[in-house]
Amino acid sequence: MLERVRSATSGRIFGLAPLDLIGLLLLAVAVVWLIPQVVASGPGYFAQVLVFGVALGAIYALVALGYTMVYGIVELINFAHGDVFTLGAFISLPLLPLFGLTEDKSHGIDLVLGLIPVFLITMALCALVNVVIERVAYRPLRNAPRLAPLITAIGMSSILEGAMFLWKGPFNIHYPDLLPATQVPIGGGVTISAKSLIIVAVAIILVLGLTLFINGSKLGKAMRATAQDRDAAQLMGININATIAATFFIGAALAGAGGIIYGLYFGTLTAFLGFSAGLVAFTAAVFGGIGNIPGAALGGLLIGLISQMGDGYLDPFMNRHFGPGTWTQVLIFALLILVLVFRPSGLLGMRVPEK
Amino acid sequence: MNGFVGSIRARLRSPNATAYAVMLIAALVYPEIVQFVTGGNGDALVGLAADAGIFVLLAIGLNVVVGFAGLLDLGYAAFFAIGAYTYAIIASDELATAPIHHAVHIPFWIAMFVGLFVAAGFGALLGAPTLRLRGDYLAIVTLGFGEIVPRVFRNLNVWTGGVFGVSAIDPPTVPRWLDGPWAGDPFGIQQDLQLTSANLTGFYIVIVVVIIGVVILVNNLERSRLGRAWMAVREDETAAAATGVNTVNIKLLAFAIGASTSGFAGAFYGAKLSVVNSDQFSFIISITVLSMVVLGGMGNIPGAMIGGLVLYFILYKFLPDAPNQVASLVQSIGLGWLNNTNPNGWPGLGEEVNRLKYIIFGLIIVGIMLYRPQGLLPSRARRQELTSEEVPGIGAPRELQS
Repeated sequence: MLERVRSATSGRIFGLAPLDLIGLLLLAVAVVWLIPQVVASGPGYFAQVLVFGVALGAIYALVALGYTMVYGIVELINFAHGDVFTLGAFISLPLLPLFGLTEDKSHGIDLVLGLIPVFLITMALCALVNVVIERVAYRPLRNAPRLAPLITAIGMSSILEGAMFLWKGPFNIHYPDLLPATQVPIGGGVTISAKSLIIVAVAIILVLGLTLFINGSKLGKAMRATAQDRDAAQLMGININATIAATFFIGAALAGAGGIIYGLYFGTLTAFLGFSAGLVAFTAAVFGGIGNIPGAALGGLLIGLISQMGDGYLDPFMNRHFGPGTWTQVLIFALLILVLVFRPSGLLGMRVPEK
Repeated sequence: MNGFVGSIRARLRSPNATAYAVMLIAALVYPEIVQFVTGGNGDALVGLAADAGIFVLLAIGLNVVVGFAGLLDLGYAAFFAIGAYTYAIIASDELATAPIHHAVHIPFWIAMFVGLFVAAGFGALLGAPTLRLRGDYLAIVTLGFGEIVPRVFRNLNVWTGGVFGVSAIDPPTVPRWLDGPWAGDPFGIQQDLQLTSANLTGFYIVIVVVIIGVVILVNNLERSRLGRAWMAVREDETAAAATGVNTVNIKLLAFAIGASTSGFAGAFYGAKLSVVNSDQFSFIISITVLSMVVLGGMGNIPGAMIGGLVLYFILYKFLPDAPNQVASLVQSIGLGWLNNTNPNGWPGLGEEVNRLKYIIFGLIIVGIMLYRPQGLLPSRARRQELTSEEVPGIGAPRELQS
């Protein structure tokens, strides 16, 4: 412990801690490797990768927010969160036809008017599920050893996946393709799909709304206070249980919205989607600095970009040398380990002393 | 004489000794009973028990990491994969197609230790930079590692056979083997017996012997200076460091010992199945082994073993058999129409029961944590911790202490 403190204050080079310097070096190596790859495959391809990356990043950001909020307030990795995200997509499936949204007739104002209630109902249901999970599986263990709620979280994740598996079976599920397929030209022969723009816009609205809510409202203040010091917050008259439940509620609502967006954008789902997507989103939360809301949004965006860069540049490169295989997930989890080793507080987080 | 009998009596009163005795006797009579009951066709059941033995080994190893040292390892299957792949690569024709163009066939009894040391090496390699991290960060790092390793094995086509994995792995060879009625054969001595899938009793016996050896070793570790240091780190790392325990080294040792057990089990697994494939080492394996340890009683070796046996039976025998059992049950009581698929999406009762397995698995885990967090056979320290009230502080009343 003491050694850590010393190494954090002394031995700085250009005002950077040695560990940060190693991180920057790794980043520099990655960039140097990337430049010839990007040049070789042309600017149109690069723009496509960027656009996909930002859209995917927006979805990851929505899921990462839930992880980061829950971790911030109860220091728990809510493994079931990724499955709540999938649940959002699953719940919205039967809702879409109810509001007149089918693939053959969905455009213009009908689309917007139909999607808004679908979003609201799905978000509310997901939120409710997550609050019930918190009540049943996490609250009774709040004072137990930290391992205990982590393990029940894994159990709840398995239950949710099992429920969706029971509901829809083992096959890939088609999600209706509702958003317009229009391509918006941005000059230089490069186009952006309207889908990506819509998704990014929705994500930005949700993230901004959340930030305003946390910073402005009384409940947001209660959440920040509880995250900082639960006992002190309770002494100040804050209802801890209600505040924690509200955190799970909001996180799950965002994840549910992320699930619908995922469905609309990618068009296929499986019951087990949430596990790996959740891990990637969690990586995003850690990357941005866990417990930090702008950090989660930034982390999500960066992880989305990195994973598209991985698909677009790393995989073709590796496949030329090692044969078929997908390396993006390896890259992302390696990044997770590197971030935790070199900068456990993430990009925007502060160094927190161990309790 | 009286003292000797008395000491045995005293030992029998301890639940751990009873558990060991029951498991040992059960392990000895299991193949005979199975062969007797099934009339000599019980090889599949004996093989199942050998597989369960591999998971018991994993549970014992993870118990060192999670139960003794209190480090949450969510990527334990990675070391299992490393052990299995190490054995598969150095004991099959796989390397003939790799860039070195030369097949390597190292005998199992040596290769198993190679698997052990390679896994321990990777454990130390992963642990050295990450064990300084806080508990749940360590869990995430191990989780990430557990996701990376099978993917790397799948992607390194030239060395590991890619998606298809390595097949036709050498079976272990025993120089002398005593045949007998326990395997459904007449008495006799065989020379250079290969333990293939035709001789599952042989595997069973080898794994039982190995488990006994590992249990003795780990038991000694638990009662050693190192074991006490692990407990100290688990209970209060700062206090342990203050009393002169080198916490990082101690944790690293726990991590490496856990990894080596896993690698050892992995080599066995590869030898038994004769095929390794990256899909066999997914996150669900890590979670299964963790659940075994938690179910049995964290920090207690016989507990982890019993947890391993119980959960293995539920997951690999009861749940896979349940769909057929239920289907034939409803057939026999005249509700056979439930088994037919219908176009409204009903896939038949058997398939529906099959789809329930994830929910059942989740309910088991959540149920244990909520209703019996100390596990089936808890360690003494943990039982006291969970049942007794907190010891009141000496001096100032608790309300006044900071």
